[in-house]
Amino acid sequence: MDEAQVQECTGAMISQLQSGIPDGQPVIVVGIREGGDVLGLRIADGLREAGVDVAGVGALDITLYRDDFGHRTHWPDVRDSDIPVAIDNSTIILVDDVLFTGRTVRAAMNALLDYGRPDRVVLAVLVDRHARQLPICADVVGARLDAERDILCQVQFREQGADSDQVLVSGAV
Amino acid sequence: MPNLFGLRDLTAEQLTYLIGQSRSMLEVLQRPVPVVPALRGRRIGLMFFEPSTRTRMSFELAVKNLGADSLNFSAGGSSLSKGETLLDTAMTVSALGAHCIVVRDSHSGMPEFLSRHLDLPIINAGDGTNEHPTQALLDLVVMGEEWDDAFAGKTLSIVGDISRSRVARSNLWAARTLGMTVRLVAPRTFVDPGLEDCFGVPVFTDLEQGIRDADAVMALRVQKERRQAGGPYIPETLDYFLRYGLTRKKLDDLAPNAVLLHPGPVNRAVELAPDLLYNPDRSRIQRQVTAGVAVRMAVLYWALGASDE
Amino acid sequence: MNRLIRFSGATVRIPGRSPEVRDLAVQGGIVVDAPASENDIVIDATGLELLPGLTDLHVHLRDPGLTYKEDIESGTRCAVSSGVTSVVALANTDPVNDNPETTRYVIEQAESRAWCRVLPVSAATMGLNGEELAPYHQMLDAGCVAISDDGATVEKAGVMRRVMEYARSVNLPILPHCEDRSVRAGGVMNAGEVAVSLGLPGNPREAEEICLARDLLLARLTGAHLHVQHVTTAGGINLIRNAKAEGVRVTAEVCPHHLFLTDEAVRECGTHAKMAPPLRTASDVDALRDALREGVIDVIATDHAPHARHEKDLPFEAAPDGIIGLETLMPLCLKLVAEGVMDWERLLDLVVTGPRRVLGASGDVLGTGAPADFCLVDCSREWTYVADDGQSKSNNSPFDTWTFTGRVTTTFVDGVCRWDLDDVMPDSLKPRAGVPFQRP
Repeated sequence: MDEAQVQECTGAMISQLQSGIPDGQPVIVVGIREGGDVLGLRIADGLREAGVDVAGVGALDITLYRDDFGHRTHWPDVRDSDIPVAIDNSTIILVDDVLFTGRTVRAAMNALLDYGRPDRVVLAVLVDRHARQLPICADVVGARLDAERDILCQVQFREQGADSDQVLVSGAV
Repeated sequence: MPNLFGLRDLTAEQLTYLIGQSRSMLEVLQRPVPVVPALRGRRIGLMFFEPSTRTRMSFELAVKNLGADSLNFSAGGSSLSKGETLLDTAMTVSALGAHCIVVRDSHSGMPEFLSRHLDLPIINAGDGTNEHPTQALLDLVVMGEEWDDAFAGKTLSIVGDISRSRVARSNLWAARTLGMTVRLVAPRTFVDPGLEDCFGVPVFTDLEQGIRDADAVMALRVQKERRQAGGPYIPETLDYFLRYGLTRKKLDDLAPNAVLLHPGPVNRAVELAPDLLYNPDRSRIQRQVTAGVAVRMAVLYWALGASDE
Repeated sequence: MNRLIRFSGATVRIPGRSPEVRDLAVQGGIVVDAPASENDIVIDATGLELLPGLTDLHVHLRDPGLTYKEDIESGTRCAVSSGVTSVVALANTDPVNDNPETTRYVIEQAESRAWCRVLPVSAATMGLNGEELAPYHQMLDAGCVAISDDGATVEKAGVMRRVMEYARSVNLPILPHCEDRSVRAGGVMNAGEVAVSLGLPGNPREAEEICLARDLLLARLTGAHLHVQHVTTAGGINLIRNAKAEGVRVTAEVCPHHLFLTDEAVRECGTHAKMAPPLRTASDVDALRDALREGVIDVIATDHAPHARHEKDLPFEAAPDGIIGLETLMPLCLKLVAEGVMDWERLLDLVVTGPRRVLGASGDVLGTGAPADFCLVDCSREWTYVADDGQSKSNNSPFDTWTFTGRVTTTFVDGVCRWDLDDVMPDSLKPRAGVPFQRP
């Protein structure tokens, strides 16, 4: 996907989210690092422009919740999370760039629940790869990708230093 | 094997990495539930063969906050002078399924010694008069909060028994690597031959000269026991306090920008005047305690997660 | 068995005479002068150096009482592997050799089990406690050849003075271990940059020099013969030089490890480089080597100090002081000659005649009628010293895996073979243990 398509998908996601939010409930957008946090900020901006009351925007680092610890990586890199408001009784819009096996989202939900008890968690992803290993599904999807498990799908955003927004799909080595 | 014996051989990148990871752990500590499941199922052996309350508690908390369990060993009242007994204990801990060992002992080099005999990551919680790496790391985290982690060119004055302080030594090694200027302030009884040359730092027997315009002042605990091996090092403590003790006035006059650090526990009216302890403008002593848990979490997580280098 | 044994073809080096390729004939335990006959057992020693047996003035045999580290049999086996034919055995055994019974035990053991001569040393004070004098007359009669509290230091100057004064009655040399414990202040290696870097308490050179100065002054006061053990510092050399110039009866020894290693060795060898007094710095090594040439140092001795593996396999501070040294004595001496630090003549003075003079023995060795104590050295033999495979029960050596050129192949004590490296001796001359006691 090129930048125009990314923007189109994001816009579609924002519309879908907007229609699904009940009135009067505070909405908190939480993006999963890395990539989801950038997307989360964009979605929060879009929702605000559409008149939704976004109570806060946060980011979650799920490194400490992963289920694959002990398969030693070079030096593990834990980044900090930032949930600036209390999340009890709120609607969380959990945002990630790619939904693949579902393990990241599983870890993110565990992390989130250590911050409090939200009323509802809505999962919004830019790309859904449909290669689930856990029973997780996204409520709002930007685009779908059907590909073999060994195909690599990467999302790059300008905010991360890329020249333009793009979704790259590359073949297996 | 990811061991943390000391800060002497760590590069600036490695120090920066550990400081950064510690900051991430500080965020965890601020959460409503300051516990993560990261090390669930892991067992950490906490082997404290030298008495310690603070460091041990700090490590225990770090272990719990990471969702791990601790296996605790301590040497009762008398110190274990026979390394073989300590080795036997360490082997037992290993056999019981410990994934990592944190050790404090009165002999310099004990962590390396254990590492020769055990195939586990070893974390140094203080070895003799050699190093106390997690303490110096937390000092760096706290100082870094003041300076945005721009350490190069900053001046740290350390006051107290330098030669026998593993906290001072670890700070000296790290400061050298990070380009900090360090000044040592002490009577010469606290400075063994070769110290200045080894670390390349000046020694001031005059407190005023030593702390003037410093960015951080670290006061070390002075042993109050009358008879000390190799001593006597100082006369009765009032004499030391008059000359080397830190007071509000001295800091305000001589080092107005400096933050105050102390590894604890503080001897009031020996190293510090009592009113400095909790002075919010100066003292970072409480912050050191919090940072300590975060540092130890970061170190444990790294030791159990990092690949062999 | 009293056949004459003729060693032929070796370069015979006898102190005071020019080296020459000639025969040496041995019979009945002594050197004899006899024409060749068919009845002789001839040992071909072509290409080898024949040296008088060395005397090591500083050996810890650990027997009685600490025999898990070493004993009279294994320790003397180390000695003969280096061409040492007499060892002076220090008194810090268990029990301490402060009584004639223990001295007699050592002598009896040596007569049945030792591979070389064993000369016991009497403690200077009872139990090495630095307070009461040991019974020097009885110890002399029992066979002691010197007085020393080595292992320990006599702390009080006043007591050391009395030790020296009383020792004059028995005319025995005093061998002090010069170390002021309070100035040492718990130091475990030389005080300096390496100690600071490793976080280990330092033992300053002044701890040794203060005690050395004290003992030299007391020797001046009392007229005793002081033989200073293991000098390690340039400052100590100066003190000794001055004392000698003043006429004090002092001799001095240096250990091979202090001639080759500095405190940097601790980084690599750990506790196998831990001893007291400790390894010092490069400038000290240079000063000691100069002093060897100059003559301020009279003797090279090993301070062979075995400790069991489990005792040395500890964090540095917890391990006992001491390294073994007998097996590397000859190779390191040959290395000094090869490096040009000294010539053969000076070497023999340091390890043969010098030690004998300290003990009050004549410097004449290997003359006709003299005891047949000698060794054969193959100066071209390349070999690697592996401490684990050595003759000692212990392996605490910093020279482990060093390669050397030159090795003792054969050692005879009292006309009997005690060491036969290549197993070339005929059956009648295979090595036998048990050496009768003889005052030097």
